[in-house]
Amino acid sequence: MPSNSSIRLNHISMTYDDQNGYLPVLEDIHTAIHPQEFLCVLGPSGCGKTTLLRVLAGLDKATGGNAIFPGKDSPHVGLVFQESNLMPWRTVLDNILLPLEIIGVDAQEARRQALDLVDLVGLQDFTEVWPASLSGGMAQRVAIARALIQDPDLLLLDEPFRSLDALTREQMGAELLRVWRARRKTVVMVTHSISEALLLADRVLVLTQRPARICLDLIVDLPRPRISDTRYSAHFQVLAKRLRAAIS
Amino acid sequence: MENSSNKASTMNVRRLSVPLTIAIFLLAWQAAVLIFRLPAFILPTPIQVADRFVRALSDGSLLRHTAATLAEILSGLTAGILFAAVLGYFLSRSTLLENILQPFLVASQAVPTVAIAPLFVIWFGPGIFSKILICALIVFFPVLVNIIVGLRAVPANLRDLMRSMQADRWQTLRLLELPTALPVLLGGLRIGATLSVIGAVVGELVGANRGLGFLINVGRGQYDTALVFVGVFTLVALALSLYGIVLFLEKHLLRWQEE
Ligand SMILES: Nc1ncnc2c1ncn2[C@@H]1O[C@H](COP(=O)(O)OP(=O)(O)O)[C@@H](O)[C@H]1O
Ligand SMILES: [Mg+2]
Repeated sequence: MPSNSSIRLNHISMTYDDQNGYLPVLEDIHTAIHPQEFLCVLGPSGCGKTTLLRVLAGLDKATGGNAIFPGKDSPHVGLVFQESNLMPWRTVLDNILLPLEIIGVDAQEARRQALDLVDLVGLQDFTEVWPASLSGGMAQRVAIARALIQDPDLLLLDEPFRSLDALTREQMGAELLRVWRARRKTVVMVTHSISEALLLADRVLVLTQRPARICLDLIVDLPRPRISDTRYSAHFQVLAKRLRAAIS
Repeated sequence: MENSSNKASTMNVRRLSVPLTIAIFLLAWQAAVLIFRLPAFILPTPIQVADRFVRALSDGSLLRHTAATLAEILSGLTAGILFAAVLGYFLSRSTLLENILQPFLVASQAVPTVAIAPLFVIWFGPGIFSKILICALIVFFPVLVNIIVGLRAVPANLRDLMRSMQADRWQTLRLLELPTALPVLLGGLRIGATLSVIGAVVGELVGANRGLGFLINVGRGQYDTALVFVGVFTLVALALSLYGIVLFLEKHLLRWQEE
């Protein structure tokens, strides 16, 4: 299955080394992420999910193994955290423009791309607003647009909807699917929610307690488009049961 | 309706209260001089002060001395802020450097700048340079502390974000660190602006051949107390203007904080 264009996680292990001694967090994470795949990562709190994303983003260096991106030494990744992490002194539009400003894209071209994304994530009426006045869901839309604007090779989301209420959360999941389809991105998303994973992902990885290993690699063969009724289907229930069993 | 008219009347009271207070103060002052028959070299009347003000203004001396003091303040402010900003940037990045310099910085804060102003005049002469140094020194500490606090306040997640976007050091400074530190930095500047007026005047009082402090000394020496008052009021106006400029900057640069 792994093709030349897959991102390969090659026996990644990670041990934090600080004043409290060694803390092994990731152990032999080995898999491939296919182009345009939507991969969800589930696992108990503190097992190493964020660490895995940090390694993929190049923010931390794995102590063993590595992540190999096809044809690139320094891949572009788009990051979305649990908190939107917007710059409060920049308007919504300027926050979305930040990555292009850093790369040094021509201002007019950058603006055109940003406005496209503004349309895509439904922020048309909020471009000149300060982040402080946005709701949690709106702020995450901005964060997603900002992560998408540099056309990343990989979009990494770390429990992006965790601080949202249930209803907004469901809405944002659907929005994310729409964006993913429109932009054809490869996505790795950490979540705590089994049903969220099953509604969004092509494949779900379940990690063990720390040090995290992959204990289940589950293909989600539910037909798309998945609607909120999908969760009442028999097959959904079967998959959910398997995930729940793997987590506990 | 009632509410809004109430609001309007409080607004009017507020707008009127300052000029009214000043008017009452001036009247009381004039009355005190007349009632107690104070000689002008003890307490001149407001009218005498106003008269002296016009004379100092028309013979050009007031403007000349104000310009000298202002030049000292602005140069000192700029030098103090720049030096504090550069040092603060490096201190905020290196705990080792901070640990080494910390005792000296604390000690330097404990030294009353006012008391060492004479030393600066002895070492660097009665010209403008010694005053600039005093101003710079007096501004240096509050700005330094605020810069370090401000730069340390940069959230780790935003640093990670900048790193994931492959921002270089200069971009991180310009796009993340400075904007994060700006509110605290402007707070330091607000304190520094007022302090620098004190610094300049103290330096001029100790020894100078121009500036408002010098003008005050001249007035004192010639029992021209009205001139002393002119000097003091001009200084107050100067300090208030500087403070106002910083407030304006804050309002303009920190628009995003208003909600
Ligand atoms: N920079 C670090 N230094 C030392 N230990 C860390 C560091 N970052 C995370 N950890 C530890 O690694 C473990 C996994 O953390 P994390 O990847 O954030 O877990 P998760 O995201 O799955 O909840 C936790 O026990 C955490 O305390
Ligand atoms: Mg986490």
